[in-house]
Amino acid sequence: MKEMLCSSVFFGVMVSVLTYELGNLLKRKFHLAIFNPLLVSVAAVIGILLVFQVDYDSYYNGAQYLSYLLTPATVCLAVPLYEQITLLKKHLKAILGGILAGVLTSLLSILAMSIVFGLSHEEYVTLLPKSITTAIGMGVSEELGGIVTITVAVIVITGVFGNIIGEAVFRLFRIEEPVAKGIAIGSAAHAIGTAKAMELGEVEGAMSSLSIAVAGLLTVIGASLFAGFY
Amino acid sequence: MKYVRQFLIILLVTFLGEVCKYLIPLPVPASIYGLLLLLGALLAGVIKLDQVKEVSGFLIEIMPLMFIPAAVGLLESWGALSGIFAEVAVITAVSTVLVMGISGIVTQWIIRSERSKKK
Repeated sequence: MKEMLCSSVFFGVMVSVLTYELGNLLKRKFHLAIFNPLLVSVAAVIGILLVFQVDYDSYYNGAQYLSYLLTPATVCLAVPLYEQITLLKKHLKAILGGILAGVLTSLLSILAMSIVFGLSHEEYVTLLPKSITTAIGMGVSEELGGIVTITVAVIVITGVFGNIIGEAVFRLFRIEEPVAKGIAIGSAAHAIGTAKAMELGEVEGAMSSLSIAVAGLLTVIGASLFAGFY
Repeated sequence: MKYVRQFLIILLVTFLGEVCKYLIPLPVPASIYGLLLLLGALLAGVIKLDQVKEVSGFLIEIMPLMFIPAAVGLLESWGALSGIFAEVAVITAVSTVLVMGISGIVTQWIIRSERSKKK
């Protein structure tokens, strides 16, 4: 059994999609934030790999073809953005102001807590790009002398966490405007958060897509300044 | 044929994004250049919406699936992360909630103050 699963080309993709759909069914049935399809899928796949003693490389051998499509899919985020272009122009000041506030909050809160917890400079710069998309965040971490594998892990954890808690945060802070919801989730939880924003609505999805690009680019500049502060 | 043509256009723009990444020495990934190129092409009318709509809709819908392999990769990076996991968990949780809350509040506040100014 183990050899078959390890040599299979489609096992990785199949089990990923199957567990995601299972998460979808659970969410529809129980309406609980914990049954987030992405979280259910990741937890279930990790469990299955451990139980059947399939190593990550064998799983990734097939599952990599899912990640392979991430670049063209990100490019396609231009389409919902284009469809909302009038809204984007109308609220340009609010959108840029919101993203800038988000980027500064991210850098400042990581700086403050790194000092409180007494992290090393290396650990601090590893965490600085945690709210931006993996491809940009990896570059930032490397440039500043961080530990890139940890940066990637933290970016993924941030994304999944943001995807799960988004709706609760909106209730807590009374964020009701669809544009503001999209900007908030995209600035805090990059592309994984955007997957959630797409579910909430077209406006949310488009604004979240925009935040990935703008917050990413602002963080490139901001993180290199903040790296000198601690 | 419609889907082949749409997929081709998306792949062409993605490839142009890779070309930009190769030529421009900034830590910006090919996907962001591609996103800006496609948006520019749509705004300029070089690419029409119905030339990419269905295939881009499909790719965006299945996008969450594309994050599963990287997240399962936590299995591999656990060794490096476990030493500082408690600190990382607190920092991640607190800062993610703060960033989401503050960027949302600021955006909403500017939208509403502009709206009331107009009235």
